[in-house]
Amino acid sequence: MPLLKSLFGNKPPEPEPEPEPEPPPQTSLLDRLKLGIRKTRAGLMEAIDDTIHGKKQIDADLLEELEYALISADIGVKTSTEVLERIRQRVDRKLVNDSAELKGLIREHLLEVLQGADRPMQRAAEPPTVILMVGVNGVGKTTTIGKLANHFKSSGHSVLLCAADTFRAAAIEQLEVWGNRTQIEVIRQQQGSDPSAVLFDALNAAKARKFGYVIVDTAGRLHTKANLMLELEKMRRTAQRVIPDAPHEVLLVMDATTGQNGLEQARKFTESSGVTGIVLTKLDGTAKGGVVVAIARELALPIRFVGVGEQLDDLLPFDPEKFVFSLFE
Amino acid sequence: MFENLSEKLQRALKSLRGEGKLTAENMEAGLREIRVALLEADVHFKVVKQLIDGIKEKALGQEVLTALSPGQQVVKILRDEMVKILGTHQSKLRMANEPPTVIFMVGLQGSGKTTSTAKLAKWLVKNGRTPVLVSVDVYRPAARQQLAVLARDLKIPVFAGPEGENRPLELARGARREAMQTGRDTVMVDTAGRLHIDDELMAELSELKDALTPAEILFVADAMTGQDAVKSADEFHKRLGITGIVLTKMDGDARGGAALSIRQVTGQPLKFVGTGEKPDALEPFHPERVVSRILGMGDVLSLIEKVEENIDQKKAEEMQRKLLEDDFTLSDFRDQLTQLRKIGSLESLMEMMPKVGIFKELQKQKVDEKELTRVVAIIDSMTPRERANHMIINGSRRRRIAKGSGTTVQDVNNLLKQYGEARKMMKSISGGLMGMGAGGGKLGAMLGKRMGKFKMPPFPGKW
Ligand SMILES: Nc1nc2c(ncn2[C@@H]2O[C@H](COP(=O)(O)OP(=O)(O)OP(=O)(O)O)[C@@H](O)[C@H]2O)c(=O)[nH]1
Ligand SMILES: Nc1nc2c(ncn2[C@@H]2O[C@H](COP(=O)(O)OP(=O)(O)OP(=O)(O)O)[C@@H](O)[C@H]2O)c(=O)[nH]1
Ligand SMILES: [Mg+2]
Ligand SMILES: [Mg+2]
Repeated sequence: MPLLKSLFGNKPPEPEPEPEPEPPPQTSLLDRLKLGIRKTRAGLMEAIDDTIHGKKQIDADLLEELEYALISADIGVKTSTEVLERIRQRVDRKLVNDSAELKGLIREHLLEVLQGADRPMQRAAEPPTVILMVGVNGVGKTTTIGKLANHFKSSGHSVLLCAADTFRAAAIEQLEVWGNRTQIEVIRQQQGSDPSAVLFDALNAAKARKFGYVIVDTAGRLHTKANLMLELEKMRRTAQRVIPDAPHEVLLVMDATTGQNGLEQARKFTESSGVTGIVLTKLDGTAKGGVVVAIARELALPIRFVGVGEQLDDLLPFDPEKFVFSLFE
Repeated sequence: MFENLSEKLQRALKSLRGEGKLTAENMEAGLREIRVALLEADVHFKVVKQLIDGIKEKALGQEVLTALSPGQQVVKILRDEMVKILGTHQSKLRMANEPPTVIFMVGLQGSGKTTSTAKLAKWLVKNGRTPVLVSVDVYRPAARQQLAVLARDLKIPVFAGPEGENRPLELARGARREAMQTGRDTVMVDTAGRLHIDDELMAELSELKDALTPAEILFVADAMTGQDAVKSADEFHKRLGITGIVLTKMDGDARGGAALSIRQVTGQPLKFVGTGEKPDALEPFHPERVVSRILGMGDVLSLIEKVEENIDQKKAEEMQRKLLEDDFTLSDFRDQLTQLRKIGSLESLMEMMPKVGIFKELQKQKVDEKELTRVVAIIDSMTPRERANHMIINGSRRRRIAKGSGTTVQDVNNLLKQYGEARKMMKSISGGLMGMGAGGGKLGAMLGKRMGKFKMPPFPGKW
């Protein structure tokens, strides 16, 4: 089926072919990794393979289809156009002979973009290392904190959690459940209290008791809400009062289903809270999370981790090479 | 920030000046801009393609000579198509014949189901109904507690089930039983977030559906969703037969193109829009608003409507004919000016405009409404013969007219000069009735601002 020829009628469209059957739920970490990534790449891969198998010659149609493949991964028109433009130039200069080479070119370019943004996680010279988790509503901040705490703990660090989402109903209790699961202490106050006050408590406790990491949960907030963004700035200042170089990392949690708004989210959160990296969640779904490519390209923000499920070990370190490689292999 | 689509169209359709008909060629640049704008707004690429094809078909061969500029005309066709897809405003919920009515809230993780459950419960109470809530999210940490806290604040009962009960089906059944026993007429079931490809959890929903026969299964979708919206919505619909859509987080700046995709792929109506975290941040769905938001055009669309309503098409055509036949008199000139005023005061029009680009520029410029009044007064002071033939207006007639209209001879001279230039100009261009404002001078410049620049984006230089 030509990729573009089937448009939606009034009725639901033909089912999109699902490439592989779901593996059984109990899987090893490696399987999970593969699974998470395979889902990320399925659509794009498939689309490109389809195009490549159907045609030999590179022509305008093929390039258009490739563009749609990139766009359907939420990479965005601008970045897609840029990628395609490169290819178009090479095609014009007869540097690309067959369509199979296109794959490599696209991969190479995306990798360049992601690697350009890559840089190592910051750690405090003197513990604790403070990690502030921020993001719009419902993206997976609290869940990621549970997973991240588990990650640090299993590599031998002591971790303290800070329940600074004092706004959303049962947000504190949600974090406490993760605290129980990971056997990690949670510093909390009651709902409605000042998030900076909780943060102040947590950082003082962590400093006094020499914790390796403090991970701070914050309330979900849309980047367009000035007062809520100011609250984050205040939290930063509070952190610095206790630990001058804190927060050491500010991770923007982003849902892989996010479309082009992700770029604006990244811009605004970076402006107000100095984002240092991204966690891309829900990659176990069918969404590709391609907007992070646009983010890496424009804001040079590295992707630190990816979330591939709702369980404790469903967090993987992000590796640009693997990520891009998995998109096309 | 985003560049306004109409600004882009203005640039793209510049080349349309003077062309009589919309053709595939002259629309191409504009359609390209529309395509990019829609994709940037996260409309699914297949839906985008379908829309563009639709516009092409509709617009091809249409006359450019209407009250709208070609750019606006294309946008209008696009808007109509999009509104058609989104359907009508429909913030109603289906109720079961036999109470209690059961409503399911379903969707992906974190889309806003629990919050929307509380919001809708509040809305139901306001509409005289007596809901009871139940969370069957036995998976996510503190999910049931979240609903309990929200309900407590709203003073709406929640069915918590017997201690230790964590089977979704039993919880839902229990809630319905309780509703029947306590005489409550609606049961709202908040379900766990799940991926559309999670077979086991999707099967759980089907099972719940079979057992409780809900009157509504509302798919709660995040307005920030990208291209994947189509896949998830499609799968939820195939497995469950959703009956409506709630679009959340519209208080941000996401364009919300996913709304169009979801609606297109499921065929189910958008019913409510979530505009905040608090329980009263729920609004009925208005297709036109979502459309202008997707297009990023502020209320440029309501302006188009206003202009359409106020400019009499017949009169416009008649005027056009007169122009071509060199029969365009001062009376016609005055009629045109009066039409202009009917559209409304410039200030109120400007308020509807997005504060970007050309509109921002225009908003800075105070346009002299008084000048318009003065011109109309001058023409009104002429005799019918003078209006029909400006050539006879000699010195003494000018003095009389100035006196009658409370202006000066200089004003009358200016007007006649501008009118003469407008006529000349009009004859030299075959299209664009609104070109009457052309011809330089203060009036010309003013009309230019008023008519040309903002009514006819494609011809900014000309006016
Ligand atoms: N499938 C999947 N679900 C996830 C992932 N990460 C988080 N979730 C789910 O997404 C939903 C929202 O997660 P939360 O951690 O509550 O999100 P949050 O950003 O803290 O939300 P707020 O605090 O309300 O803004 C929950 O149902 C999580 O279980 C992931 O990687 N994959
Ligand atoms: N700004 C804004 N936030 C919203 C809106 N609707 C929900 N939220 C927020 O989005 C986050 C997730 O909402 P929930 O109601 O917990 O979402 P859910 O679908 O029940 O999540 P799971 O049960 O974990 O799948 C919370 O922080 C809510 O406060 C809305 O319309 N606007
Ligand atoms: Mg949270
Ligand atoms: Mg929920």
